[in-house]
This record gives sequence, C-alpha cells and structure tokens, in this order.
Amino acid sequence: MAKPFGYGYPALQPGYQNTPSPQAHSNLLSSNVGPSGFQQSIQPYSNTDQLSASLGGLSLHQSQQPEGLRPVNLIQDRNILPHAPVTPVVPNLNPQMKKLNCNPDLFRCTLTNIPQTQGLLNKAKLPLGLLLHPFRDLTQLPVITSSTIVRCRSCRTYINPFVSFLDQKRWKCNICYRVNDVPEEFMYNPLTRSYGEPHKRPEVQNATVEFIASSDYMLRPPQPAVYLFILDVSHNAVESGYLNTFSQSLLETLDKLPGDSRTKIGFVTFDSTVHFYNLQEGLSQPQMLIVSDIDDVFLPTPDSLLVNLHESRELITDLLKALPNMFCSTRETHSALGPALQASFKLLSPTGGRMSVFQTQLPSLGAGLLHSREDPNQRSSTKGIQHLGPATDFYKKLALDCSGQQIAVDLFLLSSQYSDLASIACISKYSAGCIYYYPSFHHIHNVSQTERLQKDLKRYLTRKIGFEAVMRIRCTRGLSIHTFHGNFFVRSTDLLALANINPDSGYAVQMSVDESLADTSLACFQAALLYTSSKGERRIRVHTLCLPVVHSLADVYAGADVQAITCLLASMGVDRSVTASLSDARDALVNAAIDSLSAYRSTVSNLQQSALIAPHSLRLFPLYILALLKQKAFRTGTSTRLDERVFDMCEMKCQPVAHLMRLIHPSLYRIDRLSDEASIHVNDKVVPQPPLQQLSSEKLTRDGAFLMDCGVVLYLWVGKNCKEAFISEVLGYPNYAALPMKLTQLPELDNPLSEKTRAFVSWLRENRCLYPVLHVIKDEAPAKTEFFQHLIEDRMDSGLSYYEFLLHIQQQITK
Amino acid sequence: MAFTFAAFCYMLSLVLCAALIFFAIWHIIAFDELRTDFKNPIDQCNPAHTRERVRNIERICYLLRRLVLPEYSIHGLFCIMFLCAQEWLTLGLNSPLMFYHLWRFFRSPADSSELHYDPVTVMNADTLNYCQKEAWCKLAFYLLSFFYYLYCYISKMSTA
Repeated sequence: MAKPFGYGYPALQPGYQNTPSPQAHSNLLSSNVGPSGFQQSIQPYSNTDQLSASLGGLSLHQSQQPEGLRPVNLIQDRNILPHAPVTPVVPNLNPQMKKLNCNPDLFRCTLTNIPQTQGLLNKAKLPLGLLLHPFRDLTQLPVITSSTIVRCRSCRTYINPFVSFLDQKRWKCNICYRVNDVPEEFMYNPLTRSYGEPHKRPEVQNATVEFIASSDYMLRPPQPAVYLFILDVSHNAVESGYLNTFSQSLLETLDKLPGDSRTKIGFVTFDSTVHFYNLQEGLSQPQMLIVSDIDDVFLPTPDSLLVNLHESRELITDLLKALPNMFCSTRETHSALGPALQASFKLLSPTGGRMSVFQTQLPSLGAGLLHSREDPNQRSSTKGIQHLGPATDFYKKLALDCSGQQIAVDLFLLSSQYSDLASIACISKYSAGCIYYYPSFHHIHNVSQTERLQKDLKRYLTRKIGFEAVMRIRCTRGLSIHTFHGNFFVRSTDLLALANINPDSGYAVQMSVDESLADTSLACFQAALLYTSSKGERRIRVHTLCLPVVHSLADVYAGADVQAITCLLASMGVDRSVTASLSDARDALVNAAIDSLSAYRSTVSNLQQSALIAPHSLRLFPLYILALLKQKAFRTGTSTRLDERVFDMCEMKCQPVAHLMRLIHPSLYRIDRLSDEASIHVNDKVVPQPPLQQLSSEKLTRDGAFLMDCGVVLYLWVGKNCKEAFISEVLGYPNYAALPMKLTQLPELDNPLSEKTRAFVSWLRENRCLYPVLHVIKDEAPAKTEFFQHLIEDRMDSGLSYYEFLLHIQQQITK
Repeated sequence: MAFTFAAFCYMLSLVLCAALIFFAIWHIIAFDELRTDFKNPIDQCNPAHTRERVRNIERICYLLRRLVLPEYSIHGLFCIMFLCAQEWLTLGLNSPLMFYHLWRFFRSPADSSELHYDPVTVMNADTLNYCQKEAWCKLAFYLLSFFYYLYCYISKMSTA
C-alpha cells in the first residue's frame, strides 16, 4: 500500500477557528465579563439600554465569529490600547502550515485574508501590500549548499513549503501551477540520510532558506568588499568635531569590517577642493593629493587610492589618527560635495562597493550646488509646505549611475543649518543607500548626538552587508505588484536593483488583484534576494509567505493587520506629499480611516447610529492614523524644520515595520512601580514587563516616573513629587531638586529596584539595530517639548485630540 | 483641380500625420522595451547588465520626454489649420483629442506624473499599462485620420 506522499494541499479551511486566537490581549477582560453564554467579554456600559442595543448588533452566530471581527465601540471604550505590545496577526491556516509559514517580522501582508477579486478589495477600502525585511539578522537560518537549486521551469520560483507533490517524481508550483519534475538529486535527503522523501528536505520544511548559488548565477567573479569614506573637512565640519568620533569608531572596528582578505578601503576628503590619499603599501606615511579643478575632477593616480585593508593596515591607522588634527586651522567654508561624489564614483566604478558620505552643510560649490530654500517663517504654516522634492536632478542622475555600477551611497548629515536634505537624499534613495541625520551635531554642545553617532557608526561598520544584489517578488497568478517603496532602483516591473543590502532596511510593495482568485484557496508570495556576501560568495535568500483567500467582506476585515496597514499608508502618504501636496496626503490618510470604517459598518447589521464601531482587528486604526498625522513628516501647525520633516519622510519609506511602529506610536511605561508580575526570563535575568500606557498626559502623574520608548531615543520623565526612594535608588541622586538637567545614564547601583530598571531598559535596547540614547527629563528640561509632542492623544497645535478625532470620523461616516 | 487653402491644409496634415504615426509606433516599442528586461533570468542577475539596463531606461525616458511637446504641438497646429480653413467636420473630429492633450499636460498628477517620465518612477506597472493603452489608441486614431485626410485631400483637389 503506497504511503500517502506527504505534501498535498491542505484541506479547505472550515469557517474559522472556534477557539479565540491567542492574541486576546485586549484589556476588556477581567472585571467586566458578561453572561457566560458569550465567549467575548462585554464592554463597560453605563446602562442596560446600550448593552442590549449593542448585543443586538452582534451577529447571531457568536461562537463562530472570529476574534478579529468582534465589534468595538471606539467612543465608549477609552482603553483600547492592549497592555502588552501588539503582535502581528497570524493568518488563518491549519496548524501545520502556520508553523511553516514565514516569520511575520520578515514578511507580512496588510490583509492576511486576501480578497478574491479586485471589486472586493475596493469595497474594503484598505490597501493591499506586502512589507518585507528580507535581510534581517536571523538567529537561525538554514543554509543549503546543494548543487541543484530546484526551481519551477516557467516562473522560476524556488521550491518552498507550500508546493504540492503530486507523487514522488513531480511537484506543482504554487505560483503558476505548472507541474515540474523532481530531479534525482533532490530525492536524497542529506539531513536524515533517507531516500524518496523530497518533502522532508530542508528547502521544503522552511519558509526562509538561503542557497549558496552555483557559478551559473555569477557572470563576473563576485566583487570584494570595497569601502570608501568621503568626509567633509570644511571649517564647519571641523568645528562640529565629528572627525574625532569617526576616526575613533573606525579604528576600533577596523578588524570587524565585514570582508575577507580582498577587502579594500579608501578615503576622500573635501572642502572647496577634493583630496585623495595615497595609501600604497611601502610608503612611510599617507600621501595627500589635492585636486583643485572641481569642474572636471580626475583621479590623480590610477591605483593605490583604494588599497587592500590588510596590506596597508599601518598607513590606514596613521591616517585615521592624524585626520582629526589635519584640518584644525582650516579657513575653508565652502563644500564641494558634487565634485567629491563624482570623483568617488570614478574611483569605485571598476568594482562597485559602498560609499559613506559625511556632510555638515549645504553644498555650495561645483556641480550640484544648492541654495537655501527654507523660509523659517513657513515652518509652522498650515497651508502648503513647499520644497519637499529635489531642487536639482544632479544627485538623482548620479545615484542612477552609481546603481548601474553597483555602488551604494550612504549619507550621514550632521548639520545644524538647513542643508536641503530633500535634494541630497536622492543620492541614497535610488542607489540603495541609507540616510542618517544628526541635527545640531556638535561634540561639546550636544553630547547626546555624539553618543548616538558613535553607537550608530559601530553598528553601521560592523553589520552584515550584501553587494550587487537584486530582489524579485513573485505572487500567485492573479495578483500583481504595481508600486514599490524603499531605497532601490526599480529595474523592471518586478525586479529591484539593490547595489547594497543591509539588515536594517525595510521595503514595501502595493499589489492589485488582476484576475479573480476564485479557483484557489491559498495565495503565496515569494521574495528572493540574490546577493554577494562580504566573503565573496553568491547567495540567494528566499522567503515564502502563504495566506488564505476569502470571498466575503467581513473575512477581509477579520484578517486586517493594522500595523502593516499603517506603515504602508505612511509610505503612500509620503509619495502623495511629494507629487501632490502635504494637505492632500493628510486628507488621504484621514479618508483611509473614514472609508474603511464606514465600509465595515455596512457589513454589520442593526447598528445604533451614534456609535463608532470598528472591528477588533482595526480598533487601533484611528489611533495610529492620528499618530501619523502628528509625526514630523505630516504635521502642520507646529514649527518643524524642513530637513527634519524630509528626514522623517525618508524614514517612513525605508524602515521595517517593527521600528517604524515605535517611531509612529511610542510605548509608554510607568517604571517607578516595577513589579515582578508578568515578568519574563531572558538569559537568567528577570525582566519586568510593565503594562503599556496610552499616550496621553492624563496618564502621567506627578508622583510617578515614566519611560517612553521612541525607537531612536528613550525618555525617562520624572514627576515633581516622585518618590525619593526611586530617585535615589535608580537615578543615584538624593532628591528631585538634585537631578541635573542633562542626565543620560542610569547608574549601576546595587539594589533590586535599580537592577530591575536597568534590566528592563537593556531588554528594550536589545534586538534593535539603532542604539537608543536615554534622556532623563525633569520639568523644564529642553527635551521636555519633544516628550510631550509624542503624547498624541492630547490636543495640540498640530491637531485634534484622540477623542475629537473619533468624533470627527463618526461625523464624516454618518453624513 | 482647385488648389485651395483647405487642400493645402490637408496635404500638410498628411505629411505631419505620418510623423505622428511614427511617434505613436515608437511609443509602443518604448513601453514594451521598458517592460521587459533581459529575457534570460540568469542574465538579469549579471551585475554588468545592470548598467546597460539603467542606461536604457534613462535613454528611453529622455526620448519620451522630448517627444511630448512636438506631438502635442503638431496636433495643435492641425486644429488651428482646420479652424482657419473652416473645415468644421475635421476640426470636430480632432477636438476631443486636443482636449485630452490639454488635460494630460495641465493636470496636477494625483498619483504619478506620467508625462515627466522620470526614470526612477516610470517602472510602475499601472503607469506602464496606462501609457501603453494610450499609445495603441493614439496609433489607431492617427491611422484613421491619415486615411481620412487623404480622402479629404483628394476630394478637395478634385472639386472645381
């Protein structure tokens, strides 16, 4: 009797799970459990009339209704923020497929139940898209070195856990449905040393795999790691003191730069002329060569400007030690960024690699010179915000040239004045680079920025990197991708050219349903990233995601992933601000909330007219939209510098979901009363897990201390009447008045409260690429306005309070 | 054979319509070339081909941008000529296209500035689909109007 060959498509899913999904973190629990017949808890109502009206609005088949669809009355229920962090939505598949499915931190979809037709998607009024973080640092990654990589013959999809094996010799692709043959070598499983079970091979048991590509995938020898550092050394730059930080960080991490024995490194400095450094092995000291013809830059020597890291090690160390002092007495105030970039492009063209540009002012000389476009009086204007797009095409063209030569340009902007980031950022956006901004950087006046730069450089120089990469995203037949968001160059309608790939960038795509998906019950997506590792190996990282297809509007809402939707809307809003106007983008964001909630209303019958009902899956949607409207990128009415606004917009487009949600909606914790209840154990340490608070000043009290986690910075606000025990045990000062204005460290004191607090803060800082700096704020500290601007539920210059926003939405829906 | 002003207009428009047909055909080829990359997937991974691909896209976008104004102004010239020659039927047939051109040129683009043909944003499947459909429709229109002008020219020339 033939063994049933393992992996056919799973049976069609019955309605929904009967057990509530595991993430019932809502705090409508405990005290207000309703009659035992209902599985859901009842919201607190002031009278029984409202209670019966809302019960009437719930559908008859209560026990079948999925958790995501449970109606939530937003205006009544003031505490919608769950105590524990919101977890990604788990797609509604059978347990076996759920286990195999891709990790949502790597690959997630805005709607975990894919609508069957474009008409259904349009009715739902929610965007359909994918958010990826393909090169994320992973602790467990199966690496496959087999000589044959099994791919579908027509669509070239890599074999993945969601294909079906028709019998032992044939498999059916889940993207194009073509039947392919299983090659002989694939029948043998090297892990279990068994033969005849292709479905047990690691490629078919893991949704995220990495293949080592054979020589078919490389038509030029893989490039070595090449790093070029371009440094601004004008008077402004030397004043700010960043050269010290840079040299120290690079000296410390010189051994840890990703690469092998072929790694090359070079340096270019510029002010009103461009300077190169001859680091040829054998010279007694580095030799500086100055090119002053900036209208037609040329390379002074054909080689030895980019040298092998190991051979010229001493010379490089000498140069780095001398660099901060070389330009001490410079009187140059101009910055010829354009010519420096052109020269560096010539230098890196033969091999490709990474350029790291450090700029401290507006480029004022040579090609690509920019003028100051910001009008300081317009910073808080509520009418049009101008100059969000580039002033010149120079940087965009240069970025395309760099992308063609596999060069990525990363930008570090360390300026205190307006530097037209909107134009300069183009150099990184289209060459797959990343952008870092340190406003008002100064090594004496702004020590926290210096610390941030130091920690960021440490991560930047030592993190994993991939060169000359391309990425392709494939979807099941019937779905197609139309718009891409992120830093890359779109080479073809489905192929992205990424000169460099790094573990900290995220990408998003928008999809549409071209043909009806009526004949399948599952939609699959595969993202394949082909890159050269820093050791010169050609590798392919493949992620595969599988989601169910549904045909009813209510099911679409049940599977909505509100965080993914918010991040995708943020990217779309940034695009709209640049092509149309900022107020258009703001209106579009508010309309997204209004349209989706009013479309949901039409699926629920017997609603009372004066309530704003949202499905449980979208209960945080108006809150996140309000948070987006109060972000630096989109806010009006509050004074926002143009560079900071543009930088925030760049972040929205290129950060992965987890980090972006922390920027949009920071987490607020009360930390003067940390208890061991609900704490978790990590590496033998007990980390307390205080509940999340809503971002409203009514949650702050004078006799408490609160910690706000904003992604790149942590604020610890201490109330005036905070218990002295907390101040002395955790902060190390006798009382509130003794606290200094600028405190950025938690001292290591030997008492349980201090240990618990430090454990919590370091747990927050782990798993994160950018090191967040801690600021301890007492009243009247300069960082206080920043802290209070993040309390988005309050009414501010830049917008309505949360309650007023809900009323506005309700008004628009019932109009 | 009366060589009236109307006949002269039709003769000129025959010649220029040939140019418009050529532009439309070139548009169709350009969008097809933008859509398809190198056929062999292995070649697509070849880093050396990236530069050629980037150059190709830039070249095509540059030419697309250069062709917008000549096409619109030739068609505008037609409308003015037929107005002066008092050929109302022909003018009426051309005016929808003229309004379409005005709309395309002046509208504030809500989603994508299709007329700017920016190399970094042009590779959007929606934009390419729309532009390709537009190019086919225009080709059909220009071909039909070419034969119509030919007929009108001959009829004008052969009336006394």
